[in-house]
Amino acid sequence: MHYSILSIIANAVTGQKLWSPAWRDAKPKPAYDVVIVGGGGHGLATAYYLAKQHGVRNVAVVEKGWIGSGNAGRNTTIIRSNYGLPGNIPFYEWSMKLWEGLEQELNYNAMVSQRGVLNLYHSDPQRDAYARRGNAMRLHGVDAELLDREQVRAMLPFLDFDNARFPIQGGLLQRRGGTARHDGVVWGYARAADRLGVDIVQNCEVTGFLREGERIVGVETTLGPIRAGKVGLAVAGNSSRLGRLAGLRLPIESHALQAFVSEGLKPLIPGVVTFGAGHFYVSQSDKGGLVFGGDIEGYNSYAQRGNLPVIEDVCEGGMALMPLIGRLRLLRSWGGLCDMSMDGSPIIDRAPVAGLYLNAGWSYGGFKATPASGWCFAHTIARDEPHPVSAAYRLDRFATGHLIDEKGVGAQPNLH
Amino acid sequence: MRIPCPYCGPRDAHEFSYLGDATLRRPDPAAPDAATAFHDYVYLRDNPAGTHEELWYHGGGCRSWLVVTRNTVTHAITDARFAKERS
Repeated sequence: MHYSILSIIANAVTGQKLWSPAWRDAKPKPAYDVVIVGGGGHGLATAYYLAKQHGVRNVAVVEKGWIGSGNAGRNTTIIRSNYGLPGNIPFYEWSMKLWEGLEQELNYNAMVSQRGVLNLYHSDPQRDAYARRGNAMRLHGVDAELLDREQVRAMLPFLDFDNARFPIQGGLLQRRGGTARHDGVVWGYARAADRLGVDIVQNCEVTGFLREGERIVGVETTLGPIRAGKVGLAVAGNSSRLGRLAGLRLPIESHALQAFVSEGLKPLIPGVVTFGAGHFYVSQSDKGGLVFGGDIEGYNSYAQRGNLPVIEDVCEGGMALMPLIGRLRLLRSWGGLCDMSMDGSPIIDRAPVAGLYLNAGWSYGGFKATPASGWCFAHTIARDEPHPVSAAYRLDRFATGHLIDEKGVGAQPNLH
Repeated sequence: MRIPCPYCGPRDAHEFSYLGDATLRRPDPAAPDAATAFHDYVYLRDNPAGTHEELWYHGGGCRSWLVVTRNTVTHAITDARFAKERS
């Protein structure tokens, strides 16, 4: 059913009996043109754009748990395109543009809220670096404003401006950035893909690949073999595990990243704020809780949870930025798995094995990329060539030296 | 997470710094395939879900480099020994 004011009225007068499930819980067919492994935001978006943009509708998304149960449900829901390198800016800006039209496109409320993303700077050199990044963004047609201390104070009067070590001097603001509802994004793409004929197969774990000669021609799953013309991996966090099943050794380490939510408050923080002198970022959910996070745990992990030292570190960052956070009670914390690529940038490419395509290495920044990741991965799968805005995300860039070191840290824990 | 340091005994992971996979070996720079070997050494990782041998430095204690065997799924540590005793 198309969601609209008319569908609400029709259901209101008929006892809410006309609603149908948003997507079918499909059983796998023996064969598809394309099988996408991983039912998170990226995998579902890929399936949707394959069907919508490329007319490839005989597609299955196979997910080992339920859709959105991995990193799509474990992030801090921030969307932004305030990157500074040529390989990154066009991609993330394309993602931002897709976010801006996402709800009309999907006919689903993903609660996209362009409430602004503010990166604070605390020193003269940091202001210079942010000014340069803002200029690079504007040259690519992305909005960026460099704010001074008083402009920041007008927005966020409760910050610790005169902190002895890290006084706040100003910030770089992207007003079009903001947040989106992570579950809404997953469900919206799932519903829209389903309406175009995509099969969403849940509780179906891939245990191996079907091969004919060198070529991969399908997947072995816990629900039996599924043949496929092409197989796409969108399993960030577990890319190395799935890659190994296909005989690949990837430039990726899996690390856990924690996120936190406080008890609910009245409206306090208008947008997303990041601390420039430590690793701490915070926004306020529509329910009122402060959603915040910081660094990865710093050691290889496939456990979807973290340890106490990072919680202490994140809360210290929060206290340095906004001392009022010390009065709040922490409601929950959780962890997700990050595909930490060696330069911190993603990989959207054909794998060195025929029939296999890779969408991996999203490090701790995959959520904001969801629409463009799906768009570009679908393009790569359908046409066997990279999309222009994701052309830099090659798997072989580590061998050729074309690294995209936006932050220059990657998986190396002592650089964070 | 507590790491059983062979010198100091079990200590909080907070006292340690992590370096990563302990099974990597620096390739011979004079070998004919050195470029490929260094690419693999610098960038590629096994990244196993399960038993992982990894290097930790006990900077908040005895300042020893350790090779710790840890399960990356459960974080359970089954072995910790001095790195210098290894090779």
